[in-house]
This record gives sequence, C-alpha cells and structure tokens, in this order.
Amino acid sequence: MTLIQPARTQRNRLVLAAVIFAALAAAPALLPMFRTTLIARFMCYAIVAVGLDMIWGYTGIMSLGHGVYFGLGAYCMAMYLKLAAADGGIPDFMQWSGFDALPAWWAPFANPAFAFAMVVLVPVAVSVVIGLLTFLHNIKGVYFSILSQALALIMSVLLVGSQQYTGGSNGLTDFDTILGASLSSPVTEVALYYVTLAVLVGVFALCFFLVNRRIGKIFMAIRDSENRVRFTGYNTAVFKVFIYALSAAVAGVAGALYVSQVGIITPSDVGVSPSVQMIVWVAIGGRGTLVGAILGALIANGVETAASESFPDLWNYLLGLVCIVVVLFLPGGLMDLPRVPARIRAWLNRSRLGGGARLSPGDRAPASSATLSGKEARDA
Amino acid sequence: MAIRATNAATAAVERGGGSDAAAPEAGNARPRAAAPTRRAFVKAAVAGTLGAAALGLSGCAQSALAEALAGAGADEGAAQASADVTDTTVKVGIMHSLSGTMAMSETSVRDAELLAIDEINAAGGVLGRQIESVVEDGASDNATFAEKAQKLLMSDHVAAVFGCWTSASRKAVLPVFEQYNGLLWYPVQYEGMESSQNIFYVGAAPNQQIVPAVDYLAEHYGPRIFLLGSDYVFPRTANTVIKAQAAAQGYEIVGEEYTPMGHTDYATVINKIRAASPDFVFNTLNGDSNVSFFKQLRDSGITADDCMTCSVSVAEEEVAGIGASYLEGHMTSWNYYETTSTAENDAFVAAYKERYGADRVTDDPIEAGYCAVHLWAAACEKAGSFDVDAVRAAAGGVTFRAPEGLMTIDGDNQHMYKTIRIGRVNADGLIDEVWASDEPLKPDPYLDGYAWAADLS
Repeated sequence: MTLIQPARTQRNRLVLAAVIFAALAAAPALLPMFRTTLIARFMCYAIVAVGLDMIWGYTGIMSLGHGVYFGLGAYCMAMYLKLAAADGGIPDFMQWSGFDALPAWWAPFANPAFAFAMVVLVPVAVSVVIGLLTFLHNIKGVYFSILSQALALIMSVLLVGSQQYTGGSNGLTDFDTILGASLSSPVTEVALYYVTLAVLVGVFALCFFLVNRRIGKIFMAIRDSENRVRFTGYNTAVFKVFIYALSAAVAGVAGALYVSQVGIITPSDVGVSPSVQMIVWVAIGGRGTLVGAILGALIANGVETAASESFPDLWNYLLGLVCIVVVLFLPGGLMDLPRVPARIRAWLNRSRLGGGARLSPGDRAPASSATLSGKEARDA
Repeated sequence: MAIRATNAATAAVERGGGSDAAAPEAGNARPRAAAPTRRAFVKAAVAGTLGAAALGLSGCAQSALAEALAGAGADEGAAQASADVTDTTVKVGIMHSLSGTMAMSETSVRDAELLAIDEINAAGGVLGRQIESVVEDGASDNATFAEKAQKLLMSDHVAAVFGCWTSASRKAVLPVFEQYNGLLWYPVQYEGMESSQNIFYVGAAPNQQIVPAVDYLAEHYGPRIFLLGSDYVFPRTANTVIKAQAAAQGYEIVGEEYTPMGHTDYATVINKIRAASPDFVFNTLNGDSNVSFFKQLRDSGITADDCMTCSVSVAEEEVAGIGASYLEGHMTSWNYYETTSTAENDAFVAAYKERYGADRVTDDPIEAGYCAVHLWAAACEKAGSFDVDAVRAAAGGVTFRAPEGLMTIDGDNQHMYKTIRIGRVNADGLIDEVWASDEPLKPDPYLDGYAWAADLS
C-alpha cells in the first residue's frame, strides 16, 4: 500500500507545540505540587526525546543507548548536589568504603559552575569520541544501534562496579540544596519546573530552527540516502558526529534537570531498558516531527503513571496493549492520528471494491505524482 | 515512499545555496514563510497560558504555584504530610514492586501486609479505626518508588507506608519520607549503615544476620572463606564488613567474586571456588543467579558435604524456585523460618496458607512485612495518635509477639531486637534451624559494638 502523506505543515506543528507549552506553563497554577514535580520529570524525558528525534527521526541514526548521555549529565549534577549536601565532608557511601578523603576527580564538582559545565561537556566529549570511531568508519544502521546498546550496558555495569566512587546500585541520592536553595522548598521546586520548561522550549526552538535550515535538509538526506549525499561531496560523518553530539548534550542537560527534581539517579536509570524506553516515546509520538517526540514522552509517561495508580496489578498489560495498538495501527505515532479517518475511508473503499488485493489506479496516482515532484525539484 | 523522499531531500542538498523559503518540500519538513508562523506560535502560547493560569489561580488554592507564592516568605520545608484520619478509618500505603524483576519477591510481602491489616481490622482496628490500604506499584524502578512515595504522602495522606525491598529503592524514597515527615516500615534485612528517623527497619541489621553467621560457619567448618555475591550495594557492603571481621578474628578470605545481577553462567566462578578450596562459600547472590549457581554447583559434582555454602538472600520462596534438591544441606542465615516453632508462627502460617493457598510458603521478609503492620498498630495504640512524631516518640520499647518470637522496637535506631537463626535446607524445601541466639539481639546498624568495624562507619 502506498499512501501519500498529506503534508502536515510546520505551522500546524508549531501551533500544537505552542498549545503544549502553554498547558505546561499553566500546570503549576492548576495542579498540586506533587503532580507538578511529576510533570517536570516528564518534561526532562521530553527534552531527551526531542534530541533523539533529531538523530533518529531526522538523521536516521537509531541510538539505543541514550541513557548513557542522560546518565552522564545526571551523575555530573548529582555529584555537585551530593557534595553540597555533604557540607565539606565526604559522601556517606565513601565512608563505608573506607575512604577518608574525597577522590581528586570528585573535588572540582563542589563548584557548581564546573559541574554545570561538565553536564554538557562530558556527554559531548564521550559522544564525539564514539561518533568519530563509528561514523568515520561508516558503521551505521543496526550495527550502530547494537553498539549503542552495548554502551548503555557497559555504563550501568561500570557504575555498579565502582561503588566506592559512584554509590553503586543505590546511586546518588539524598540531596539537600542547589545553589544554596533548599530543594524541598516549594519555591525551588516551582523555579526548577520553569527552568525545565524553558530548556524544553529552547531545545525545541533550536532543533526546529536547525531542521528548517539547509543543514536540516542534509540530515534528512543522510537519513534517506547517505551514499547520494556523499557522492555530492558532503562528508556525512561530520554531520552525523555533530548531530549525535548535539543530542548527547541535550540528553545530558535533561539528566541534570531530572536529578535535581527527582532527587535520585541510579545505574538502572541509565541502562538498557530506560534507553529503549526513550526510543519508544519518540515512536509513540511520531518520528521526524519534534513536537511528536514531546507529545510522546508526556503522554506515554502520563498514561503509565495514571494506569499504575488505578490498576497497580494490571497496568503493565494495559501499556503493552497500547504499544501494540500504536505499532499496528499508528506506525507514524500520535502525529498520525489526524490521518486515521482518511485511512479508514481508503480501507473501506478498497474492501467495497472487493478483495482489495490489487492496487486501484487511485492508489497509484499519488505515488507517481510524488516521484514527479522529486524530479521537478531536481530539474529546477 | 523512501525513494520519493530521497529524491526530494537529496535534490534540496544538490541545489546547494537555495534559501529555506524557496526550497521544495523535503521529507516531512515544509518550511513556510517564517513570520506568520512565529506569530501564531506566540499568540497560541500566550493566550493558552494566561487563560489557564487565570483559571488555575482563581479556582485552586492547593496548586503548586499558590504554595510556592505562599511559601516564599515562610520557613522552608513547611510542607508536611498530615494523615487522613476520619472517625472510622485510617489510611496506610503499601508500596512494593508488583511488576518488574522484584515482583516475585515483593508481591508475597504485600500479601502478608494485607493479611495483617485484615487481622487488625477484624479485631476492631487501630484506635477504633479500620485500616484502609492504598496499594502502589514501585515497578522495580527507583524513580517510580520515589514518585509513588510522594503520591502516598502528599495525595493520599497515609499515616504510614509499608514497602520497599531493595536498598536502592529505600535510598530513593528516604529523602521523600524525610522531606514530608512520613513513616516507612521497611521489611527486609539490609547492609546497615543507615538510621533515618522516618524509617523503621523491621528486617535484620548486619549484626543480626551476617556477622554471627560468619562466626558460626568459621567455627564449625573452618576459617577459609570464599565471598560470592551479585554486583550491587548489599553484597559489596556486606563483604566489606566480613573482610574487616575476618582480619580481626583471624579468618582467611581466599576469594571474592561479584557477578552482574541476573548472571547465569557460573562455570568460571565454580572453577575458582574449586581452585581456592575454601571451608565455606559466603553467598550474597540475589534472585535468579542463585538458580544458576546452585544447579551448576551440583552439576559439577559439588555437594554441601564437599563445600558448604551459607546464603543470606535465599529464603523458603527462593528455595522453592531453585529446587530443594539442589540446595539440600546448604546453610542460610535469617531471623525466621516457616518451621520456627512458636504458637504465633503456627497461627501465622495457617492463616497465610488458608488465604493464599497451601502451596505458598512463608519466609523471613514475608514475616517481617506482617510484623511491621502489627508493630505500627501497637505503636499507634501506645501513642494514642496516628501523628508521625507521636508514633515515633512512643515506638521505643513497643513489643509484638511475632512468629519469630518477641520483637521489640529499639527507640534509639528504630531497628528491631531480633533472634538470629542459622538453618539448613531440608529435602522438602523448608529450612530447619540448627542454631539460634539465646535471646533477641540488640540491633547495631553501624556495628558500633565491634572494635574491628571502627573504620567502616
């Protein structure tokens, strides 16, 4: 079946994004504190999802290991928060491990400016190294996905194994203040909420800007046919490393915001299954739309929370069912919903024609016209 | 479809210098004139926010923003959960993993807690109120535990929460309980080195399980010890304690191995054990790994007669999962077994099996979960209130005639006085007691009573 996608204009997407941001901006005025911090957490996920959409939806690189960058950002931030809570002493888990002084590489994280810089720089550094090693050697597709997933596994095993430095499987938790403000005071919580929202809007704006520039066309061209792009003289590896590092930086910032609001980061939050979940949010929302990634992260997590509160015994089955429905009937994610009526009509038409095995001329027509438009574009 | 998109996108690239507005449709992106788009975005955002915010501020005094504005001048940390108590009911939270890897262990503890609640309700309730339970699923995920803890305290206003299993989940919820001054009753033995005034620790501290077990095995089987554990906080911390203990008591550590959670290939480890020929293996493996380890140990021809093991995370439920034949003769260390002979235990086992099925077994954490509810009820009765501070103040010295024997709350560190029991797995998959302490031991989470542990805490 070939179904030409009616072009959804960028304008519609922007309006949808504006409505989502408006609802998020109003949430603290409508909801109690507990729900507000919950939404703040979902927004952190949404930030990661936008970054993932840039590399997956737009550039065609499927990373199953973005928990690594989320975790690096989160741990950098957590180290600062932990030292702020230790008040000049050393963290509790180091005491039981027999340390009486802070390891040298921990010490600079007591400085918030250093820690905030590391939140971005560490994920970028790691992603650039990984990116150069893989993209320069033209490792792509499923091989890259497997490699990135192995990275997530390595990261969580490493964090658990070096318990004396990282708190092991308990992770880093029990924080007190951020920049001198108590993390538990309602003012700080609401302030962090709006910082998170601002970062989400900023990241969305940056990505939206990029995909509508020429560089965005190159990303999509790489996704659709990397060889052609290379033959036209572009070094695609450089573009891929750049976009991979950008999404890593975005994930790092999301991790830092996450840990300040959730109050805990553990190896199980950065391993394989959270990394896969991040991909699922983008898939549920709709790839290559940016706003779909935000919607996917917010809705998937919102539904998960609501279902687990109402049906603590059954919610996993419900979620599984939702996932199957999305995969089977909404391959383009939630952003595909407006197209469902047209698709049902098309399906009804075909069954009325009987059998429906053969393509009707009507089905074929849009395909050829689209090819034509491609040709036209090249001729122009 | 892919080819079409390719044409369009590649064409755009090939065209080189074309400006955005002039570029043809590429993939899904279709740039339009920028100005009206931006204006529409801003208009929609501003209108939506103002409308919703106005609605919110006028309609909902409980909102986060209202709280922040009110709290701006007030003391920090003013937010405090107050229990939702009516004349006839009191709410409590049950927070365990009902899904994910920990569900197998934690659902049984939830069952025991619900049993205890029903028993108390049938006997007239606490302070004349019937207990209502709010069950939440922690989903074997630490952030979810923190989220659910916050929900139970701030949204359901429960008087107490019974829950958690792993140390990581307890560490995750601890700041939440301290922030909102809630009360968590934690049912599992753990590595110690913690004493929060918002947590009651109903499982064993290290001095009530690990330290005496090592001494017992060293005395009866010899001083050469092989440490084997899953790679997470409890085994690593427990083994740090054991190494300090061994150095002081003259035991020898002949090997120390950690395997990732869920690891299933133990051939290498078993070879290392064989090469080191220890007098006993001190086993802190968790969950599924025990199944693989004990089966492969038996397959390689090593029985308990050849090499004794002592496990601190293998209870009756795990024995049932592994298969009694593989574990027969091996030792465990806990505070309670299904076979523990007290009148209270006979009643508890009968009630549990009657309610959940004759094939179900009881074990240490299950019993601890059951006791936690009764201890909380007794502490409330003594305090004459459900208020967290009042319950905490009254809790010291509160006793419960538990299935494992008399359990007393230590008011200083909020752990329990518990009897230690070394047991041996029998052919039926139950565990027979081979040694027990004469009386319940005072809990010592920081091992202050041991000179060799001075560097650890």
